[in-house]
Amino acid sequence: MEGGLAVDELLAALLAVAGGLAGGLVGVGGGVLFVPALTVFLGLSQVEGESTSLLIIVVVATVGAARQRAYGNLQPRDALVIGVLSPLGVLIGVVIANTVPERVLELSFAALVLFVAYGLVRRAWRPPAGAGRRPRSPK
Amino acid sequence: MPSDHTLKLAAIGTLAGIFSGLFGVGGGTVIVPLLIFWLGYGERLATGTSLGAIVLIGALGAVAQGGLYGNVHLATGLLLAIPAVLGVLAGTAIQQRIPQRAVSLLFAALLVGVAVELIVK
Repeated sequence: MEGGLAVDELLAALLAVAGGLAGGLVGVGGGVLFVPALTVFLGLSQVEGESTSLLIIVVVATVGAARQRAYGNLQPRDALVIGVLSPLGVLIGVVIANTVPERVLELSFAALVLFVAYGLVRRAWRPPAGAGRRPRSPK
Repeated sequence: MPSDHTLKLAAIGTLAGIFSGLFGVGGGTVIVPLLIFWLGYGERLATGTSLGAIVLIGALGAVAQGGLYGNVHLATGLLLAIPAVLGVLAGTAIQQRIPQRAVSLLFAALLVGVAVELIVK
């Protein structure tokens, strides 16, 4: 697309910014945005997109984690324990996937996720504790 | 015998892996709420810790995929990483300046999106 407006590239870059923003704001990997940026706008196959997205996630998460550590929002030992156990979880997940019907899993997870979303909204709106003054949380 | 705290973290890591393996939605989506509701972390500590865990999870995932040999478009990935990094720098800076409850609301919105995508699929 030489000489073109590079709209695809621009949109891919915008999705990438959004993915990074999500990582910094709410602590997710951003893959859900990086993969389409790569596959839809930059022409990678699904497999290439997912692998390349992993690379981007590692880079972004590393920078983000470094920033969060500087802000005091990260206890590295916690992150290490969580990360190290994840492959075990993936193995278990594969077993479950081969046992339980996919739709049952999807709908159960969707229900759970909505329940958690509700809990978070309630948490955001909870009245201040004690004497009516909004408590300053330490972090 | 690991502490109760460590065991909970291990459980969170395992659950994150399970959901990631099952739905491709794992990592932060699972880790953050569990850190908030089960371990009592504030939003910033939860999301910051999650990001740290994701570094390791992503790296392990890359290794598991055979070192990404042949499937990673290195140049494209690194180029796209530039705006992504700008995004995460902005995101963490913003997060430090907004109320923690705003982070909860943002995360709730993200979760609703995840649920909708699962249902509509």
